[in-house]
Order: sequence, then structure tokens, then C-alpha cells
Amino acid sequence: MFPIVEARWLAPDVKWFRIRAPLIARKQQPGQFVIVRVHERGERIPLTIAGADTETITLIVQGVGKTTKLLNTLEAGQAVRDVVGPLGRPSEIRRYGTVVVIGGGVGTAIAYPTARALKQAGNRVLAILGGRTRALVILEPEMRAFCDAVYVTTDDGSYGEKGLVTDRLRALVTGPERPDFVLAIGPIPMMRAVAEVTRPHGIQTMVSLNPIMVDGTGMCGGCRVVVGGKTFFACVDGPEFDAHQVDFQILAARNAMYREAEQRALAEFQAQHPHPPDQCRLTRAHPELLLPPVPAS
Amino acid sequence: MNSSNPLPPKERMRIPRQRMPEQPPADRRANFAEVNLGLDAALARQEALRCLHCQSHHCFTGCPVGVKIKDFVELILRGDYLAAAAKIREDNVLPAITGRVCPQEDQCEGQCILGKHGQPLAIGYLERFVADYERRVGQVGLPPNAPPTGRRVAVIGSGPAGLSAAGDLVQRGHQVTVFEALHELGGVLIYGIPEFRLPKHIVHEEIENLRRMGVEFRTNVVVGRTVTVDELLGREGYHAVFIATGAGLPVFLNIPGEHLCGVYSANEFLTRVNLMKANEFPAWDEPIYDCRGRAVAVIGGGNTAMDAVRTALRLGAATATIVYRRSEVEMPARAEEIKHAREEGVQFLTLANPVEFLGDARGWLTGIRCQRMALGEPDASGRRRPHPVPGSEFEIPAQVAIVAVGNRGNPLVQSTTPDLKTNPLGYIEADPQTLKTSKRGVFAGGDIVTGGATVILAMGAGRRAARAIDQYLRTGAW
Repeated sequence: MFPIVEARWLAPDVKWFRIRAPLIARKQQPGQFVIVRVHERGERIPLTIAGADTETITLIVQGVGKTTKLLNTLEAGQAVRDVVGPLGRPSEIRRYGTVVVIGGGVGTAIAYPTARALKQAGNRVLAILGGRTRALVILEPEMRAFCDAVYVTTDDGSYGEKGLVTDRLRALVTGPERPDFVLAIGPIPMMRAVAEVTRPHGIQTMVSLNPIMVDGTGMCGGCRVVVGGKTFFACVDGPEFDAHQVDFQILAARNAMYREAEQRALAEFQAQHPHPPDQCRLTRAHPELLLPPVPAS
Repeated sequence: MNSSNPLPPKERMRIPRQRMPEQPPADRRANFAEVNLGLDAALARQEALRCLHCQSHHCFTGCPVGVKIKDFVELILRGDYLAAAAKIREDNVLPAITGRVCPQEDQCEGQCILGKHGQPLAIGYLERFVADYERRVGQVGLPPNAPPTGRRVAVIGSGPAGLSAAGDLVQRGHQVTVFEALHELGGVLIYGIPEFRLPKHIVHEEIENLRRMGVEFRTNVVVGRTVTVDELLGREGYHAVFIATGAGLPVFLNIPGEHLCGVYSANEFLTRVNLMKANEFPAWDEPIYDCRGRAVAVIGGGNTAMDAVRTALRLGAATATIVYRRSEVEMPARAEEIKHAREEGVQFLTLANPVEFLGDARGWLTGIRCQRMALGEPDASGRRRPHPVPGSEFEIPAQVAIVAVGNRGNPLVQSTTPDLKTNPLGYIEADPQTLKTSKRGVFAGGDIVTGGATVILAMGAGRRAARAIDQYLRTGAW
């Protein structure tokens, strides 16, 4: 069992956890992930590590299906059944020059440790944080703490610039500060769109892929992705790949493989849990009330 | 041990081989309960009476771990089933498992003199009988441990090679920790072999026996990621490491369409059901593609292919077909698995090889384009090499395809242990007798050295490793 030391809502349906896992905490590097099993009969899901101290790791979880919503019902003092890792290859941290780090929704949580490491490596780091709406833009203060500039975009214009992250990116790549490297982490359509913005400019672009996984050690091959026409296992060869080479269509199709089953499991779960904490009307209306202080890094 | 068999050899040879009681095919194809029900005491005695108690007991030489078969069969005749089980345990720490999954026809039973003129002694059935008896009465005859040596051994992987080595090492007085990457112990015995062939409670009980003998187990540790071999030998304070990580890296066919939804590796398909209990979705959370009413094709002819195709049937597949590029004679699966599969309604499409997976616009599998094969000259494995028949392509419908054509060495340990030599297929190089690798204090055995083989061969490697590790720890000589 892996005890939850701290748990707080970051945004509606998005929860921030600090979990005691000393072996993983000491070993993890930016870009790596863990596989989590919430309970005795649970499925195994990959979650990228958003940070760590010597004893604990930070996970930021968006409740989209049964497992993530169930995980998000847990509080400090409770425990997660299984956590294994750190898995996958760490992000390649080099001195590129000017880098743009793009986080779409909860993707910002995954980009955060890599962005910080890129800054420490001497890069000029510009961040673009996007969300459908204001409440879904997360970790902005944390990013502002070290980034050279932070741009926020929302689809509905409720905060920052109205538009998509790619609108801001397009301005940057054609502006005076042409980036040397772009890291984009978020929903598949966003990562695909980012790839198309940087491709004509020949700007090296990496994305972190989130295919369905089971074991996370290369044993099952369920997470296979096509990059540059070749097959890779995201769990051991990734999760970061060259955005210009990734076949996003195959990734999207494979990620939809269990949609019916996922919807059924979610419906049954919600029937049993009609009012999970993230559906509290007060916190939905005022998520800022639940924002945590700056997490310990 | 003298024979107490009252029958003269000629009469023994007149007794037919006893048949294993089974669930009827029509019942079992719709459930995951064990197919073989096991011999009762009367059947076991009748079978044991057939043993000729030969001077030169070839059965023993056919056993990769050297079980003293003649002696344990004699103890069955004397009615001392617990002693029979203890006799097996001297050489085999997992008798209830090997009695179920060993390819006996290629090993002990393949060497049995009775087999020259009729059917060999059913050694596997008898082994299973005494192991099950021992479990049922709850008096497992665990061998005593030697006095503590103060030496610590890390075993990487809790599959058959790791468990077997752990059992032998702890008996020799060493302190043993087994590291497992998954959340459950047992390796391929848990994620690979289905419940209907090897009930998981048996694996759990055998592991519990090892725990009682003093073996320490740690799940959720991926050696190579959570901790490295060098750290185990360094700050973690282990004196030797045994790498038994198995051949866990599935081979695909590298043909178009392999990324379509509905195409699985056998590892993934079986893991979802065996380890994650996807057959009990949504009571268990892990899903699997709904096979009910669908056409399922499994590519391959080994035990894993048989396990996958019979699992698909039990998940409700309308048709479940083995697609194999050679003929049935060359299939590497155990004879009993092929027989059981056929009885349950599995179809066999032999001398056929997939060349493309066909899909719809949404990216879902709809069929497989295959080509006919013909057999040529024998290849390195001694089996006749298949070659394609020109212009023979045809299509079969399939909504699910499961690729079961083998594994390669999982690279996680090797890639993080720089001074460990591997061969071009990714397997670790180790001395076949001592299982020593290129790195001092590190031994390797089982599928990670040999490539995909059998449970018992992995256990044999575990035993040899334990012996060599023991010697290394006592003498310090490399």
C-alpha cells in the first residue's frame, strides 16, 4: 500500500496528490511515469510523475474515467494499492537555447518537471498553458516561478488570450524569438496541431504520448505506437517521441478501443457515487477556494 | 527403494493408462474452471501399479530437475502420499504446478519404457495427485533449511526460474529476496497460463510455502528502473543476484495492419484475463475487447497460442481459430492442449500464414489476408521449413487477432547493467551449467537466457543457478 500524504483539488475534476513511495521518489527523473492500481480489483493506469522529494512523489490526476474518478475520491490518510516505477525514459534535458513548453489542461502537470529541468539546464523557457476554460488552467503560478514568460490561452476566453495554444505558438515561431525546441503535452488533437505548426519551420518538437498500457515494462505490447513508420512501445521506448514522426491517427484510434467498456464502468461508478467531491457545487463555482499553496518541489 | 508392486511385470503392462477425469468439453468451453479434475486415490494406485520399476530409470533422466520418479511412484503404491510428495519436493519446489503444465510427453513420459509398446506411465497425473493430496490435507512436507549463512541473494522475477532458485537457496541457508515488477507474484504462472489449466490458488499456495520457508517477496519493483543490479550488489547489500526476468517482450509479425484495434499480442490478451481478470469486467476494472459472437484468430502453434484461443472461446467467441504456418505435426504445443482445444471446438487452419491485417475506416480489425504455405526441408529446429505458395492468398474474417509467435528478451535489466553481455536476440549470455554471466556475482537463467521455453526448463535453470550461487557464496571463487 502507498499512503497518500496530501491531497487537494487543483481544478474541477483535477486533484493533486503527494504519495509516499521512497524508492520511486529517489529514482524518478522528469518525463517518467508510474503505473497505479487504486484498489484490489483495479486496472493498471499510467500517470506521469509531476514532482518528487526524497520520500514522496506528486501525481496530478484528471478524473475522466472510473479509475481516475475513484482515485480522486481518496484523501490524505488513505492509500493507493499499487504504485510501480519510475517507468519510461526520462525527458532529454539539453541546452537547446529557447524552448517553448506547452501544457494543455492537465498536460501542464506532466510538462512541469521537464520545463523546470530545461530551465535549470540554461534554456530560455517560454510556457503556453491552455485550457477549455479558466478553471482548467493549472500550475500557472508554479510555472511563472521559473519560466521566462508564461502565456495562457482559454478556448472560451474566460482567462488569458481567447484561442488555442497553437495560436500563441504560431505567433512565437514567426516572431523575433524563434524557438529552438518545443515540448507539447496535452490532448492528442492539441499535440497533433502543435506538430503541424512547427513542422514547416523545422523546429524540433517532442510530445509525450499516453497510449493504453497494462504492465508498463514492455511485456504486453498494448502501448505500441507508430513513429516514423516504425513500431515502438511507449512504456519502454517513450513516452516522449518526435512529434513530426508520430502517427496520431493510430494513437487516437487505439486509445478509443475500450470506449464502450469505459463508459459502462463510469456510469456504474457514478450511479454508486452520485456526489463525488469534485461535483460539489461550491467548488465547481469557486475552484480557486481549493487551490493549494505552491507544492513543495 | 524396493518395489512393493504385487503384480508381475507382464500383468502391469496389461493395465491400460488411466484416463484423466475432465470437465466435458461442452461445459468447460463456457467457464474458466480447471479442465482436468485430477485422479482419485483408486485411479492413482491403478496407474502406479503400471510402473515397471526399471533398474535404469530413464524417466528420471528425462526430467529437467531430476525428480526421483521411481521412488515417488513406489511411495504411492505404499499409500504414503505425503512421503511421495516430500520425495518430489526434494528436487521440485512446485509439484502441483509442474504436474499440470510440464510437457511430460517430451520429458519423463517420453523416456518411459512402457511407451515403447503402449502408453507411458502417466507420471504427470501422479505427480499432480500427490501434490494435490498434500495441499488438501494441509501437511506440506517443506524441507528443512540449512543453518543461516548470513549471505543475501536477490532474485529478479517471481516466475518459475526465480521461485525454484529461491526455494533451493533458502534451503541452503541463504537469505533470499525475490523482486517482482507486477503487483502479483508468479510471473508467467499468473499472467500467462490460464486459470482453466493452472488454477491461480495453486500458484498462491506454492508461493505461500516458499514464504513459510523464509523467502522474502517484494512486488512493484522493476529492477532496471526502481533499483538497478549495481545498486542491489552495492548499497542494498546483496552478495549475489539471479536474473530470472523471462522472455517478456512480445514479437509481432511486422505486417501491415498490426496496429488495428482488435490485434493483440498473446501476452496482452492473456494478461488482461489471467492477471487483471478482464473476464469479470466490470466487477474487475480492466476491460478486454468483447469477444462475444466475434471471430477470433490466434496466430501460432505453441502452448501460448492454445491458451489464447481457448481463452477466447471462454470469452464467448463465435469462432476461435488457430492459424499456423506449418502442419499440426510441427506444432510445439503440448499434445494435451491441442487435444483439449479441438474437443472444445477450436478450428485449425494450418499451412497458412498471415500477410496483412485488414481493417475498417475506424481502425478496427475486420479480417486477415493469409497465404498458403508448403513444407520444405527441415530447418535448424529439425522441423520442416514452411515456404509460401505463390498466388495462394485468401482472406478470413476476424474481429480479434492474437499474435502468439514468441517473445524476445525483455531489455530492462540488461540495458541498465552495462557490463552484462547479451546476444543479438537480446538474451543474457550465461554459462549453461553455472549460469554465471559476464558480471561477477550475477547469474541468469530461464527464458531470459534460453528464449521462450517451458516452466520446467526454467525451474531446472533455477536449480542449477542455486547450486552455483551457493558455491560462489561459500568459496567466493568466480
